[in-house]
Order: sequence, then structure tokens, then C-alpha cells
Amino acid sequence: MHVLVGVEGSEESGRALEGVLERAADAGDELTVAVFALGEQSLDDVESSVREQLADAAVSWSIERITADHPASALVELAESGPYEQLAIGGGQQSPMGKIELGSTTEFVLLNAQLSVRLVR
Amino acid sequence: MTGRIYPDEPAGPFPGPPREMDDAEGRRITFEVVEDADTEPIVEMYVAFDPADRAQGIPPSQEDRIRSWLDTLLEEGLNVLAWDDEDVVGHAVLMPDDDGWELAIFVNQPYQGAGIGTELIQTLLGYGAEEGVDRVWLTVERWNRPAIALYKSVGFEPSDAESFEMEMSLLLAGVE
Repeated sequence: MHVLVGVEGSEESGRALEGVLERAADAGDELTVAVFALGEQSLDDVESSVREQLADAAVSWSIERITADHPASALVELAESGPYEQLAIGGGQQSPMGKIELGSTTEFVLLNAQLSVRLVR
Repeated sequence: MTGRIYPDEPAGPFPGPPREMDDAEGRRITFEVVEDADTEPIVEMYVAFDPADRAQGIPPSQEDRIRSWLDTLLEEGLNVLAWDDEDVVGHAVLMPDDDGWELAIFVNQPYQGAGIGTELIQTLLGYGAEEGVDRVWLTVERWNRPAIALYKSVGFEPSDAESFEMEMSLLLAGVE
């Protein structure tokens, strides 16, 4: 399966990529990592840390840079226009209380994507 | 944290612990600040908790996860318990973040609908005011009307209606 995984600069997002990588190695998935920056994050920093994470990965991968003002919609557009069968993203961070909260990117993807979405916790 | 919005007008004052009441079923319920020895009765309440009443992943459903979750709450938070004799029947907690305090409240199923939640949340807010808490927030699933009504009744106002979960906030009056 060809999986597109959306990754921004948060810890939660890095963990999601880790999970997707492990699964891809087991399942023989092909990965495309769409990198984007939220808020004050730098896209170059996000991309370089993703490249570091991918360096030793035993999967076939490529990277797409998302530079649009609204990364969530660009991510969904990329997912729908490419050869991808699934879009994977981080599935929420936890509040001080331990409550799971979905970020706005995750919400947008869930409500708008026409392909299958995987939430990674 | 991002700039959370709080109401202009403070709510309260609220009565602090300890308190007691007779609930709608005639049970004598006491409200007290948590003490070290209370951990096991709290765990027992959460182990028996109806999974259908979980919200946004809490309380956790497995005992080991319940214990580690409670460890954090008891260590870092302000906690008030509702007791029926030897049993913990409700738990309300304020947890600090860098902006304010997140509130959560749980009442065990056989004790719901008897007025305990209202007394418990008021007692927690009274305790919070005594401890210097001023800004309180929470998130609630939009379809949970009884919970939203409870939060509104003590002065919470919706502060972010853009997300899956509704965020509400409250400005807490100081102790008189």
C-alpha cells in the first residue's frame, strides 16, 4: 500500500511518523511524507528532522513539501490527487488532565478527506 | 498555550470543603479534599466506572492505566472527593497548565442525577479559590448536554466553539 503521512513539527507528529514507519516496515508499505509547518515552526527544520528519522528506515520513502498557507487543505488535496491509498496523521494530543484533543489539522483531514484516514496514537 | 478567552465577570464565591448534603435519594454524601490514604477507594470507583461514560479517553479503562493517570492527578492537581460512607462516589480535579487550570468531574453511575455533581463542582471551585486558582477551563463533548448544563450553572461560558469538543472557561472570584 502507498501511504501518505502528514508530519509537522510537534512531538506528537514525530511519534506518529515513528508508528507509521514501524508499520510500513512490517507491511511493506511505500511511504510519502508530506512535511508542513504550523505556527512558528520552520519548514526546513521539520524536513531535516523527518529526513533524520527516515535515514535508517527499512522502507521505500519520498518527501513532499507543503508550503501553502492552509496546510491542512493542501495535504488533503495532495492525498486525493496522488497514488495514495491512505492518509496517516497524528491522532490528537493530551491535555494536562489526559483528555485527548484533536488539533485543527486532524479535524480538517477527518471531515474532508475522500480517502481512508489513519489516526496514529 | 494559545490565548484562551475567559469571561469578563468572575463567578463565585463558592463554598469550600469539607461539606455534606443529603442527595435526592436520601444518601448522606460528604465532600472532602483528597488525602494520601484515599487512593485505593478512588481506584475502586474508576475500575467500576461505566465505559460508556468515558470522555476523550478518560478515565482510562485498564487498572494499571487508571493508577498511573491518578498518580499524576493526585500529585499535581487539586482534588476533591464525594463519599458515601466508605465509598468514593465522585471525584473532581483541577490540573494546572501554563495558562490556567483544567477542570474535570466524574460521578459514579449509581449516584448520577441526584444533585451530587452540582455540589461537587461547587466545592472544588471553592477549594480552588482558597488555593489561589483564578482561571479555569475545560473541554466537553458537544452532545453531552447534562454536563454542559452543569458547567453553565456554575458560570462556565463557551470559549471556543470551533473544535470537535466545546471549550468552556470560567473566571473564579477570590475568597472573601
